[in-house]
Amino acid sequence: MLLITCPYCGVAAEETELHGGGEAHLKRFGPGSNDDDFTSYLFHRENPKGVHFERWRHVNGCGKWFHAARCTNTLEVFGTYKAQTTEPPKDILDTIRAKRPGFTWRDLA
Amino acid sequence: MSDVALALGGASFDGLVKIEELAGQGMVTLRGDLTDKAIVKAVKDVFGVALPDIRETAFSGSTGALWMSPDEALLLCSYDEAQAKADELAGKLADAHALVVNVSDARAVFQLKGSLLREVIAKLAPVDMSPDAFKPGMVRRTRMAQVAAAFWMDDASTARVVCFRSVGEYVFNLLSTAADTNASVGHYSS
Repeated sequence: MLLITCPYCGVAAEETELHGGGEAHLKRFGPGSNDDDFTSYLFHRENPKGVHFERWRHVNGCGKWFHAARCTNTLEVFGTYKAQTTEPPKDILDTIRAKRPGFTWRDLA
Repeated sequence: MSDVALALGGASFDGLVKIEELAGQGMVTLRGDLTDKAIVKAVKDVFGVALPDIRETAFSGSTGALWMSPDEALLLCSYDEAQAKADELAGKLADAHALVVNVSDARAVFQLKGSLLREVIAKLAPVDMSPDAFKPGMVRRTRMAQVAAAFWMDDASTARVVCFRSVGEYVFNLLSTAADTNASVGHYSS
């Protein structure tokens, strides 16, 4: 069972109270961008076995979107953080580096 | 008050707990920064309660406030006063970044009475209902079986559950089934 703590209401919510929102920290390429960037933005997603950064919504709860860093292999959750950011906070990256030495995710390591 | 306000016409069920559909619950939803001093003061002036902290409730007689999210509160009062209070609060918050709507008819409210109410709720919602984790004075927005619901405890043997009116019958049936006299688990009873 996946338990994720919502950073807005502090509830350790069980998976059925949440809704997954796909990969986190995508940079949008909209009108005017070149085809390669647009294709990458629209279709190319990470699918790691291990550390992953995702968006989640506390749908049956406070209703807020937030980010979660977790391991897709063990379901360990390294931390959650608010939605208004374009990259994971340093303390969460430090936690992951300590627990999963040598991890990589896109350009994070 | 006319019966139009009730989703199930005041249905009740007596089992492990006594379940009653409550009449006359006015509900006003407030969206806005709950830490904004102007909003806190306006709510205090109109509803007589301070906005509660995260996942808590505040009551003063028949009025109250429930924490719904960092920018949402559900304000309670009697059904007849709800529209007037919503208008008054909206007037006071005309210059603030806030939204106030009377939603009394949008939801159904059930009262659960009995010492086994923790057990009844725990069967339906993914919430730790142990007395150490969920105490009177807290509110929890969650789901009950397949629909969104929220509940809070007024005291150790009284809880209120709110859900959307359109799923009122579903929630009443769920609660009644979970409170069937033959369905006792005894997990939280001492």
